Amino acid sequence: MSASHNQPTGFTNPVIKWIDYRLPIFSYIEKEYHTFPTPRNFNYFWNFGAIATVMLVLMIVSGIALAMHYTPHVDYAFNSVERIMRDVNFGWLLRYMHMNGASFFFIAVYVHIFRGMYYGSFKAPRELLWILGVVILLLMMATAFMGYVLPWGQMSFWGATVITNLFSAIPWVGDSIVTWLWGGFSVDNPTLNRFFSLHYLLPFVIVGVVGLHVVALHVHGSNNPTGIDPKGPQDTLPFHPYYTMKDGFGLTVFLTIFAIFVFFAPNFFGESVNYLVANPLATPEHIVPEWYFLPFYAILRSVPDKLIGVLAMFASIGVLFILPWLDRAKVRSGAFRPIFKVAFWFLIVDCLVLGYVGANPPEGFLVWLGRLGTLYYFFHFVILLPLLSKIETPLPLPNSIAEAVLKKSGHAPAAAE
Amino acid sequence: MTGFRFSRLVAGVAVLAGIGTAAYAASEAMSPHVEPQKWSFDGPFGTFDRAEVQRGFQVYRDVCSACHGLSLVAYRNLTDLGLKEDEVKDLIKDIQVQDGPNDVGEMFDRNAKLSDRFKKPFANEQASRAANNGAYPPDLSLLAKAAETESEGGIPVIRSFITKLHNTGADHIFGVLTGYRDYSKLTAADRISLGIPANFKLGEGMYFNIHFKGFQIAMPPPLENGTVTFFGDAPNKLDDMARDVATFLTWAAEPKMEERKRTGVKVVLFLLAMAGLMYAIKRKIWSNVAH
Repeated sequence: MSASHNQPTGFTNPVIKWIDYRLPIFSYIEKEYHTFPTPRNFNYFWNFGAIATVMLVLMIVSGIALAMHYTPHVDYAFNSVERIMRDVNFGWLLRYMHMNGASFFFIAVYVHIFRGMYYGSFKAPRELLWILGVVILLLMMATAFMGYVLPWGQMSFWGATVITNLFSAIPWVGDSIVTWLWGGFSVDNPTLNRFFSLHYLLPFVIVGVVGLHVVALHVHGSNNPTGIDPKGPQDTLPFHPYYTMKDGFGLTVFLTIFAIFVFFAPNFFGESVNYLVANPLATPEHIVPEWYFLPFYAILRSVPDKLIGVLAMFASIGVLFILPWLDRAKVRSGAFRPIFKVAFWFLIVDCLVLGYVGANPPEGFLVWLGRLGTLYYFFHFVILLPLLSKIETPLPLPNSIAEAVLKKSGHAPAAAE
Repeated sequence: MTGFRFSRLVAGVAVLAGIGTAAYAASEAMSPHVEPQKWSFDGPFGTFDRAEVQRGFQVYRDVCSACHGLSLVAYRNLTDLGLKEDEVKDLIKDIQVQDGPNDVGEMFDRNAKLSDRFKKPFANEQASRAANNGAYPPDLSLLAKAAETESEGGIPVIRSFITKLHNTGADHIFGVLTGYRDYSKLTAADRISLGIPANFKLGEGMYFNIHFKGFQIAMPPPLENGTVTFFGDAPNKLDDMARDVATFLTWAAEPKMEERKRTGVKVVLFLLAMAGLMYAIKRKIWSNVAH
C-alpha cells in the first residue's frame, strides 16, 4: 500500500479520516477499486472474474445456512437434506441455490479461464496470477466433489467410491492411502464426516487464494482484448464507475439465468438417482460425475491402464500450471494470432467432445473418440502451443489501446477525450 | 463488433444444443419408452390440480399404502392439498402409531397426530420383503424425482431444458401403472415394436410391464378400472387413477414446487428490470467515452 506515513488522503469525513490514518482500508478501497486504472477496452468476457467472486460468496452464505440444518451421518444425512427441502423456511431455496450455484460457479470460472487462455492473460508478468487461478480451480474441484457426497444419495456414495478408489492406483501404498482417506474399509460414516468438515473448510481457503489472486492482479493490472499494455491515461479508465457498472450489468444478466434454473429447472444439472438414498449393495447402472468433471472423467477412462489414466487426469489440470512456459508467443491476444485462434476453438470443441464422452458409457466408437480427444487435448498444450510460438506470424498490433478502440468505434483519434 | 460476438455465442449454443439432442436421443433408447403426458403442474406456471391431487391421495391411501410407505410426508402436509385441518384429523382418526417409551419404559400405541409422518406399512425392510414374496416395495416419497423416463446414461448438462421442465417422473409412474399387459397374448410383431430382447424370459412371480425397466416388475397390477370410488363419481378408469396418483406423488416429492415457481416469477421479473436499469445506467456512464 502506497499510503505511506503521514501522506494526506483527501478524505473529509472526520471518522473516515481518523480510521484511515490508523488503518488505511479506505485508501486501499479508493486506490484498488475506484481510481484503479483499468484498460478501457474490456469486452463482456472480463465480467466473469467479478461474477465468479459473487458466486463464491453466494455459495458460502447459502452453505453456512444449510450447514445449520444438515446432519453429517450416514443414517440421517439424506433425510436431513429432505427436511431442509420440506420443513425449513425457504430451505428449498437455499438448497437449490447451493446445488445450482456450484454449476454456475464452474460456468463462470470456465469462461474466465478460457478468456485468459484466448487473450494470453497468463503471460508475463502474470504467470503467478494464472498459477494461483489454477490452484483455485483445484480447490473448487475438491470442494465440489466433497459437497456432492453430502446429501448421501446413490450418486453421492458411488461417486465418492469411484473417485477415492483412484488413489489405489498408486503403486505400493495405494490401498493404504485409500483406507486412510476413507477412515475405514469402505466409504462410510467417517468418510462422510471428514468430507463435511473439509467441505466447510476449503471454501475459506479458496477465499484466501482469491485474495492473493486479486493482489497479484493489481500489481500489473488487468490484461485486455488487445493484449498490449496501457501506455498512458488515454488507454485506461478508473475502475469505478466504469467497470463497477459494467460488471454490475453483466452480473445481473448472469444471475437472471441462474435464477431461471434455480426456480424453474432446479434439477437440470443433477442426476435423478441421487434422490435415492445411498445403498452400498446396489450399484447404479452408470456412475457419472457432475458435468463440470466430465472432460476429466473422459480422460481418466480413455487410458486402459488405471495408474496412467489417473496420472493423465491429473496431468490434464497440471499442464495448466506450466501454460505460461508452453505458450511463449510474444503477442498475448489471440485476436492477433490467426493460427492460434483456430487452435483455440478446436480446444473448446475438444473439451465439449470429452464432456460428451465422459457422460456416456465407454462403448463402441466413444472409446476411440475419448482417446482421440485425450490425445488432442495434450497435443494442443504440449506440442501445438510451443510450436505456434515459434512459427506463427502475428498480425500487426495496434500502437495503443486507445488507437484500437477509436478505430473500432469509428472515431477519429482527435475525438479522444 | 457486438454482432460478431453475438453470432459466435449463438454458434456455441447451437453446438451445445446439437450435442444435447444427440445425447438425449441416445439415452432415450436405453429404457422403455413412455409417452410424455400433459400434467397440470407442467411449465413455469403449472400448479397441482387440487381435485386431481386429492383423488391421487385417495388412490395412495386405499391402494398403494398397503405396501408402499410415504415416510417423508407428514399428515399436516395434506392441508396443502386444499384439505381443512379438521378434515385431515378426521382422515387419520383411526390410525394408531407406536410411541414411547412411557414413564415405565414401555412402548405404547396412540392415535396419529397431524405432526406424524405417514405411517409405514411395515416395521422394516425385512418384514416388508417377507410379506411381498422377497420384493421390497420402495418408499414413494421421492419416486417422482428419482425416476425419470430417460435418466439412464443421459448427459444431464445439456439435456433439453424443456424436457427438464416437464416432469418425467410423473410420466414414469403413469407409464408403469398403465403398462401391464398379458405377456402370453403378445405377438412377435408386438415384441419387436416394444424392443423386447429375443432372450427375454418372464421371471417366476413377476409381471410383464411394457413401461418398466427390463419389462418385468414384482408388483402385481395395483389398479384396474373402478378400483377406487371417488367422491362425486369422478372418472375412475385406470388411466384416470394412474394420472391422479402420479400427480399426488409428484406433489409428495416436491411439496414446495408451487411456492418455488411463484417466487421464481417475482425474482426473474425483478432481475430483468434490474438488468434493464443497470444497462441504462451503464450506457449513460459510458456515453462520454469512446469504446
